[in-house]
Amino acid sequence: MKRHALSTRIWHWINALSVIVLFMSGLNISNAHRRLYWGDWGFDPSTAWLFVPRFPGWATIPNYYSLAGARDWHLLMAWVFSLSLLLFLIAALINGHLRRDIATRASEWRVAPISRDIRQHLRLDFGGHSGRYNSLQKASYGLVTLILLPLMILTGLTMSPAMNAAWPFLLDLFGGRQSARSIHFICAWLLFGFFIVHVVMVLLSGPIRQLRDMITGGHRDEAA
Amino acid sequence: MKRRNVLAGLAALFTAGCTKIGKTDWFADVIDATGRLNRAAHRALGGEQALAPEFTKADVSPFFRGNGSIDVDTDAYRASSANGFADWQLSVSGLVQKPLSLSLDEIRALPQRTQITRHDCVEGWSAIAEWTGPQLSTLLAMAGVDDSARFAVFRCADTLNGGNYYESVDLLDAHHPQTIIAHLLNGEPLPIINGAPLRMRIERQLGYKHAKYLTGIELVASLDDIGEGKGGYWEDRAGYTWYAGI
Repeated sequence: MKRHALSTRIWHWINALSVIVLFMSGLNISNAHRRLYWGDWGFDPSTAWLFVPRFPGWATIPNYYSLAGARDWHLLMAWVFSLSLLLFLIAALINGHLRRDIATRASEWRVAPISRDIRQHLRLDFGGHSGRYNSLQKASYGLVTLILLPLMILTGLTMSPAMNAAWPFLLDLFGGRQSARSIHFICAWLLFGFFIVHVVMVLLSGPIRQLRDMITGGHRDEAA
Repeated sequence: MKRRNVLAGLAALFTAGCTKIGKTDWFADVIDATGRLNRAAHRALGGEQALAPEFTKADVSPFFRGNGSIDVDTDAYRASSANGFADWQLSVSGLVQKPLSLSLDEIRALPQRTQITRHDCVEGWSAIAEWTGPQLSTLLAMAGVDDSARFAVFRCADTLNGGNYYESVDLLDAHHPQTIIAHLLNGEPLPIINGAPLRMRIERQLGYKHAKYLTGIELVASLDDIGEGKGGYWEDRAGYTWYAGI
């Protein structure tokens, strides 16, 4: 059996590309109004809960300030990102990836196995390449694919005045457009944190093999 | 520090490529198609005449920010303003059976709609206010729109960076129940920073569509010959998308 299903591999790389473009064009959009608020409305510094720094050109798409250019990339890639996530989740439900590899069992939420996994990680011992995820991997992949990425889509839609007319319940769900904007920003940085940890983990656990397996599929070691 | 530099270097390389792609003609075509897709998706999901959420007086923000043009720098406008805009005329022209020219009194005498809505700037901020004015559909019915008309173009008194401000919407948004020609903001005549004496409200789209200092509504079959052909001041000047529902 392959370590990574074909659908998982295709999605992984499309998702990586679209999320990077979304993040970097999002930083350019953030530069247009560098304050965050809670609730329905917000424009004044006195009601802001966060003053966001200006992001430099090397971190934004395009590489100079252009709200129009950044929105072009952002709204185009939002389609690629959303549709590929939807197809991946459907495939992961059908092929058992979610149930087998991501879903956790009650027995995994005890202190002993979690602290064992944390101690192993701290020793940079990632348990070989069995293809099975430990509790920390399950929790982080589950959090990202089932919570953070869908939240990015929903909070993004909530910022659209036309979507507010079509699906007004989204405003109630997030507590208003400016709250949705704030949650969008927070989740974007949580995803950036995941990206950094994910890349560091790959670099520490045999990057050539990890990259190769995410392209060719690799083999799941059933005996492990 | 070195690793951070590697990450910054990779990001810089990546965005340089994206920036180059962003300047190609084919990318512009893809973006135009995305705009049409967004508009179709929004209307498919909510219905063509879905209403923007309306709020209560308790939700109104304490001040309504003025952005873009916040005044009109002409003697004629200053004189008109000093005179309470008594001489202001709003024309309805172009592909109509009966062109109109209406004074503020005539506009106030039409059936009115009052709505408390949220205004979203493309930059990201929002403000909530109560707007009052006749529905654009009332004026369009009075003028009688020709079958050949496809867009309503909003002509404005203000200039920005030397260019005439204008905007446009399709006839579906023009006939939307919440598309009104506002002359009151929170029950008072429009302040100058917010577009006195008249401004459009296009509630399902971003702020730059809500043309201020409105002087005329022109019905046209094509936007190609208006301004630089992209349907609005910011569309021509800065490349903002014509459809601004997101």
